[in-house]
Amino acid sequence: MVRVLINVPKTVRRDEPFEVRLLISHPMESGQRRDTLGLAIPREIIDRLDCTLDGEAVIHMSLFPAISANPYLSFSAVAQRSGTMTITFSGDRGLTQVESVPITVV
Amino acid sequence: MIHGGTSHRARRGLADRSPRARLPIAATIALVLAITLPLTVANGQLRSGYDDAGPQTRAMQDDDTANPAFLWVRQGQTQWSTPTGTSQKSCASCHGEAESSMTGVAARYPTYDAAYRRPITLDERIEQCRVLRQGAAAEDSESDSRLSLSAYVGLQSRGMPIRIDVPPTARPHLDAGKAFFNLRQGQLNLSCAQCHDQLAGQRLGGSTIPQGHANGYPEYRLEWQGMGSLYRRLRNCLNGVRAEPLPPESAELGDLIYFLAWRGQGLRVETPAVRP
Amino acid sequence: MSRPFPTRRHFLLAAPVCALLPTPSRATEAQVATLIAELVGQVPVQSGRITLDLPLLVENGNVVAMTVAVDAPVGLVRDIHVFADGNPLPDVAHFQFGPRAGVPRIATRIRLATSQTVTAIARMNDGSCWKDSVELLVTLAACIE
Repeated sequence: MVRVLINVPKTVRRDEPFEVRLLISHPMESGQRRDTLGLAIPREIIDRLDCTLDGEAVIHMSLFPAISANPYLSFSAVAQRSGTMTITFSGDRGLTQVESVPITVV
Repeated sequence: MIHGGTSHRARRGLADRSPRARLPIAATIALVLAITLPLTVANGQLRSGYDDAGPQTRAMQDDDTANPAFLWVRQGQTQWSTPTGTSQKSCASCHGEAESSMTGVAARYPTYDAAYRRPITLDERIEQCRVLRQGAAAEDSESDSRLSLSAYVGLQSRGMPIRIDVPPTARPHLDAGKAFFNLRQGQLNLSCAQCHDQLAGQRLGGSTIPQGHANGYPEYRLEWQGMGSLYRRLRNCLNGVRAEPLPPESAELGDLIYFLAWRGQGLRVETPAVRP
Repeated sequence: MSRPFPTRRHFLLAAPVCALLPTPSRATEAQVATLIAELVGQVPVQSGRITLDLPLLVENGNVVAMTVAVDAPVGLVRDIHVFADGNPLPDVAHFQFGPRAGVPRIATRIRLATSQTVTAIARMNDGSCWKDSVELLVTLAACIE
């Protein structure tokens, strides 16, 4: 299980953009490196990440090996009512994971 | 140079058997002051590795929501209250809330352990607790679980000044640590002191040579692209001068880590720090 | 007292380590130009509207803070593409905004293998294409594992 930290404001205002920050514990192994024996280390990255708010898209990302290990991603979302923000990501070695966090509109 | 001209030179006399052993009276006074008042004498010139890092690296450390080390901290927080080992006790079963019981602990480690008759690092203490009291399996010092718990416990002392107690029985360990720090070794024939005392603040390659303090471990290193312990960092240093790397449990490293903490007294705990 | 440091011997002993550093194949500027041409088609790429923020001097190429933002309401932005012409692979990331997006601004951290030019392209829903580039210097840390 990949560890994920989702940081959103405790409360947000209706129709006002707010910042979402993600930290994901993942090596983002580029596939370009070799181990101490000179053997290629196979690529293992997160290559797709989606954020939705109650099913409606916030952002879709295609990620490549140029994204640093333990990815940090910050973007902006807007809510019309309280709901659930869902982060879905997938990648090499069959990785797929879904995380959610409540969004409270005041 | 870290501790200023006179006091630094005087301190050098602590362990080595150089001609400096025949110190004139003024220097002897300085020596006594340097030993008894490391905080006041050294404080003004101590620089954390944070001060020598670039603005981006500092920004990563400044914001907990941007500091990737918090992926480990949060795991450590979960581990703190999760029963483990044959005892099926958690850290919290005995120590309660880490936010109160662990406050200040990282600022006074390593500490001399009378039973073990040597200084014990905080990471070692936690591992002892896990193995002896919780009945958990021993783990590698670079395992996610050890790094996470150490980072979480260390965080509870963040911002507190480091103050190391050296009882008379621990003195030989401090002296041995200092001697190791000043020992030229490896194919490059370099001591820790040559870079981190004498050349600190100057440039090597693209980076500033830091004073080599240990006030932020375990820490997130951009070079490692991950979290690591002080043991790993010291292994890097020894590899760097092409010397024999030492295992975490070695007496030499234990004494060196004790000396490093003593040398950095007055700096604030930054765990979990971010370094280049 | 000790001899002056570092001496020539130190540099000579350090040299084999430098030789062991990875020298991966690099995406060429031409590859990035081709990718951008495929992206924009016949549309001329204009400067402005998109801002790519990267440090000019990079302390460690493993982790470089990058912010890309478009100066327009998010509803007008179709997508953003970022390319690095000195990396083994030219693609860095693509971003597409949905109806619940706030402002068109993304911050992340990227790897840069060497000194190079990073380019961000924004395609707008009106068909126009915008570009910003940053040329940066990546230094190498002296003490590496």
